[in-house]
Amino acid sequence: MLHAILAASDPTFWLPRGASTVSGDVDMLFNIVMWICIFFFVLVTVLLLLFVVMYRHRPGVKRSTAAEHSTLLELTWTLIPSIIVVFLYYYGFRQYMNMVIEPPNAYEITATGKMWQWSFTYPTGVETNELHVPVNVPVRVILQSNDVIHSLYIPAFRVKKDVVPGRFNRLWFQATDNGQYDIYCTDYCGTNHSTMRSTAVVESQADFDKWMKITIDTNNNLPPVQKGKKLYMTQGCAQCHTLDGTRLVGPSWKDMWGRTEQLESGPDIVVNAPYVTESILLPQAKIVKGYPPSMPPFQLKPADISALMEFMKSISSHTSAADMMPTTGPATQPAATEPALTGSTTQK
Amino acid sequence: MSAVTGPISYHGPTPQPQRASSDNYLNHTRGVMSWAFTLDHKRIGLMYMIGILASFLLAGLFAIMVRTMLWHPLTAEAGASQGALNSAHDLYNHMFTLHGAVMVFMFIIPSVPAILGNFILPMQLGAKDVAFPRLNLLSFYCWVVGGVFFVYLLLSGVLHAMGFNVPGGYGLDTGWTFYTPYSDAKAQGSVVAATIGVFILGFSSILTGLNFIASIHMLRPRGMGWFKMPLFLWALYSTSLIQILATPVLAITVMLLCAERAIGIGIFDPARGGDPVLFQHFFWFYSHPAVYIMVLPSMGIISELIVAFSRKHIFGYSFIAMSSLAIALLSFFVWGHHMFISGQSAVTDAIFSLITFAVAIPSAVKVFNWLATLFRADIRLKVPMMYALGFIMLFTIGGLTGLFLGTLAVDVPLTNTYFIVAHFHYVMMGSTLFAFIGGMYYWWPKMFGKMYNETFAHVAFWFVFVGFNLTFFPQFIAGTKGMPRRYASYPVLSSDGRPTHFVTYHRLSTTGAYTMGTGLFLVLGTWIQSLRRGKQAPPNPWGANTLEWRCPSPPPHDNFTETPVADDPYDLSGWKYVSEEVGWVYDREQAAADVAAHVAH
Amino acid sequence: MSSTEQTLAADSHAGHNGHHDPHLAHHFDTPEQQYTSGKLGMWMFLGTEVLMFGGLFCAYAVYRHNHPEVFEYAHQYLDRKLGAINTLVLITSSLTMAWGVRAAQMGKRGLLVALLLLTILGGAGFMFIKTIEYSTKWREHIFIGSGNVFYESNPETKPQSVNGLEEEALHINEAKPETVATVKVEPDVVDPNAGTPDAALIKPPNITPAGLSEKVKAGVTERMSYNSLVKQDQTRVYTFFAIYFFMTGLHGVHVLVGMGLITWILVRAARNEFGPTYFTPVDLVGLYWHLVDLIWIFLFPLLYLIH
Repeated sequence: MLHAILAASDPTFWLPRGASTVSGDVDMLFNIVMWICIFFFVLVTVLLLLFVVMYRHRPGVKRSTAAEHSTLLELTWTLIPSIIVVFLYYYGFRQYMNMVIEPPNAYEITATGKMWQWSFTYPTGVETNELHVPVNVPVRVILQSNDVIHSLYIPAFRVKKDVVPGRFNRLWFQATDNGQYDIYCTDYCGTNHSTMRSTAVVESQADFDKWMKITIDTNNNLPPVQKGKKLYMTQGCAQCHTLDGTRLVGPSWKDMWGRTEQLESGPDIVVNAPYVTESILLPQAKIVKGYPPSMPPFQLKPADISALMEFMKSISSHTSAADMMPTTGPATQPAATEPALTGSTTQK
Repeated sequence: MSAVTGPISYHGPTPQPQRASSDNYLNHTRGVMSWAFTLDHKRIGLMYMIGILASFLLAGLFAIMVRTMLWHPLTAEAGASQGALNSAHDLYNHMFTLHGAVMVFMFIIPSVPAILGNFILPMQLGAKDVAFPRLNLLSFYCWVVGGVFFVYLLLSGVLHAMGFNVPGGYGLDTGWTFYTPYSDAKAQGSVVAATIGVFILGFSSILTGLNFIASIHMLRPRGMGWFKMPLFLWALYSTSLIQILATPVLAITVMLLCAERAIGIGIFDPARGGDPVLFQHFFWFYSHPAVYIMVLPSMGIISELIVAFSRKHIFGYSFIAMSSLAIALLSFFVWGHHMFISGQSAVTDAIFSLITFAVAIPSAVKVFNWLATLFRADIRLKVPMMYALGFIMLFTIGGLTGLFLGTLAVDVPLTNTYFIVAHFHYVMMGSTLFAFIGGMYYWWPKMFGKMYNETFAHVAFWFVFVGFNLTFFPQFIAGTKGMPRRYASYPVLSSDGRPTHFVTYHRLSTTGAYTMGTGLFLVLGTWIQSLRRGKQAPPNPWGANTLEWRCPSPPPHDNFTETPVADDPYDLSGWKYVSEEVGWVYDREQAAADVAAHVAH
Repeated sequence: MSSTEQTLAADSHAGHNGHHDPHLAHHFDTPEQQYTSGKLGMWMFLGTEVLMFGGLFCAYAVYRHNHPEVFEYAHQYLDRKLGAINTLVLITSSLTMAWGVRAAQMGKRGLLVALLLLTILGGAGFMFIKTIEYSTKWREHIFIGSGNVFYESNPETKPQSVNGLEEEALHINEAKPETVATVKVEPDVVDPNAGTPDAALIKPPNITPAGLSEKVKAGVTERMSYNSLVKQDQTRVYTFFAIYFFMTGLHGVHVLVGMGLITWILVRAARNEFGPTYFTPVDLVGLYWHLVDLIWIFLFPLLYLIH
């Protein structure tokens, strides 16, 4: 019994292994609160059980009348808890200030939360879905949201902050141990809130620099179709569009490029560059009949949109030879100049 | 100074409970219309009871759905396709939202005041009814109409699942907290219907509170000064203060949300120049005091139960009474502790943290006073007492875990995880619900004139108690380990490849939920069995001294044939136990002798 | 005891024989107890109303504190003169209502009926002027939602529900030449403040971002112009209107409810139901009406008189 209590009072039983500069102090505070709680819980429960047993009604036994109030007792059990909570407040606030005040010269990363994916942008311009940071370097994360409130939580670092659209909240941490740590979204944001997860990778400065260089090179040198496929995975398209023909919230991309679609309202359209561009940037503009108006906007760069289109073309049987000519960006010409595609007379 | 605090009058009508007559409030008039248009607070309390218990059953079924879905981690790694994940997630999100919304707005907030308060308050005042009986009926119909909107939410969800296209959204998937901008711009649910329903339910709460305050101010009998009132009335009074002051802010909040969603008048949507954190301030300004609307009346019940089953005067009467008021007052200044990580300034965080700790103190004072009441008492472990003792233990856990959350630095990793879920279930369910059930058992003989089966009810209690702890204690552990709340699926392996063990905690929790659910159905079973085959209840089966025990069980239409005279509600010295059939009887001569002995001191 | 309670007490003792008083409910012992309870209940209800509107005043305070220029600019679209007339009308109706309560206490049926009628007329006048204000804003395209040219209808985050306004909202900020052409300065729109320092508060309809008139482009002196707002504030102008319409709209609903209540009291007064021993309903409805008036007295300067 005692062993169980002792085990339960060890913070490592409750909390994940800490890996940041603040986790030690936070855990110590957690431990202090825990011991206070255990003390009072045991006190109350033991007294409760004791009294119930000792003073259980026994027929024939009469109790003497006990006192009905005692100002001394009232003061005691008001003052002692008050003093305890003032201490908790003070140390809690002091440690909180350590967690709020950023050290100077922190490495700044921007975390973007959107339904339902995290993406992290580095000062070099690289954007990834994983958070890579060098060990023992203070990191400041600027939080921005594209749509609704999210919350960035990294249990091992003991950091958490809401990501509010229209505001730029921030958090900071300094990781102390190499390794991979969970990142969660902890403010309910819709259907796939529970899969809006990522990983924080902490590595040595040398490894971090190496990773950064590889990533930059890869991004620059990836052929468009592969780049498009990568974007399909990392930007969250996969959550609503399959590649095998299965219909989800949105249509499957298999055989989608070049197909003629009937809209909820308005004339038929062909899935071509202007339509795809508009659907990514302003998805509510043209909704295909039979599908819900659920798609959020994606602020993608023209090069990225172009890569996605190349990928779509590569998995569609409606793609014509003319389509496979390299495009330098999303078509800004009106649809009338689009090369004729198979069949439809309803093209604009 | 101790013992007798009020005049014991032996010159007025004897406190001997009047003989039961066959004419009581249940059969006083007959027909559906006589119930639908009744002004009798007891009938209104019963109608509330049926509706509120039905809501509890419904919300409980949603909870079972939630816990059942959490048995499996349901991840892509486990092989689920994206389509299956999306559908499961959607279903889960609707389930947890409806569980929360129905539980909070249709069950917990009204439960004790609307059922037990309505029934018992006038009787504890020795009055014939509440101050405004017609407003009382109106508050009931507000509850019903608000409930209709919630039923619409369910039906629209079911229709959608069957393939129909429901205009304006289906079900509700915003969480019971309706955070913007998800709720005003993105949610697929019928937020407009939900907000209108909440608005109307809010008026039910306001009118009940208004009624109780006026009743307590104006209808106290001769001899019942403020500090000679039963503590249940102090609790209801404090609750009513919160109800009339906080609920209007909820009303305006949901009205603004409804307007933003329906016609674009918005101050919460950043895309239209608004601020989502302002919504959180508005929402929690009501919803934090709301949790005290939930727990204060329950604490009042506990005072009554502890006294009746300890056969002893309550310890520290005025401190318990004042602590109810202190909690009600302080509760208005702590709402920001739900928003520590929302981006508000550290100074704001610090102020809310300090006042949050302050509001914990009066609750601790109550627990110590109850324990002191048990000291050198004469304890009978009847079922209501079991629930009262369970309350003390579980409220201690719930309240103490609040200390973790009030400590700023520790709140950061713990907030929005299962630690929070466990914390509020310990205080809302382990405390409020336990006291509610205890109060139902306690006043059941008075309400229906029937006793329940003690053994059967004891068995049910243990299912509920064990099941409850098995459900929610593992959630504390899951929460500290990082398991976020409102997650339909959860990882089996951590990023570093080690198992998270979340599945273990979830499965323990689900097992507990089924156990507790069984227990609650057993509780319902004891009540149904009591109505059908329960023994005839005496006027005072427990030997309590509050005024509602001075009339027959069940009470007549006008409660008392003669207005009782109030004395110290916790002076049990005059009551003597006769038998199970007759119950406790007031022994006039013996009580006079006791008083004479005191006077001689 | 107040004089009203003394009146009640005296009369009740005179005529108190069991429960012969038809107005005394069975659960009250005396008419004073019933009257005092009713007053307490009504004051509590007024408290809830104060808290409800308090939330809105809070929202107003937060936004005004954070974006003072937005409020300074946008409030110029409100008609101060009509607002002031409305304030006078409502205050007068409060006076007639209070006088009516006194008439009820003194049992003067004719006077009571006349005063209640005047109060209702005051309320009606208020609503009539309110209708003029709202319809003017509708015409000027500074109404609610997409009927407001400042409504930043970002199509990506607008509500999912199809309510017919989406299509219009999507294009509302595009230049609509034909709309601008028809919404011209009407030559007979007279600025009543012309020549005073408070001129140019009622703008001609076409001074909007969707079609800034030549007048504005020519740099006419105004207190504040749209161009003087920073870019972010330009997207926030709609918030002022949202708050304005919500607060005045909710207040208007309360005025209508009050008018209904006073009508009910009027009918009962005409049937001679009120007198020195029973005037509680008149008193309580009067309290409600005073609160409605009080809320407007706060609304008017906060919304219309920003300097």
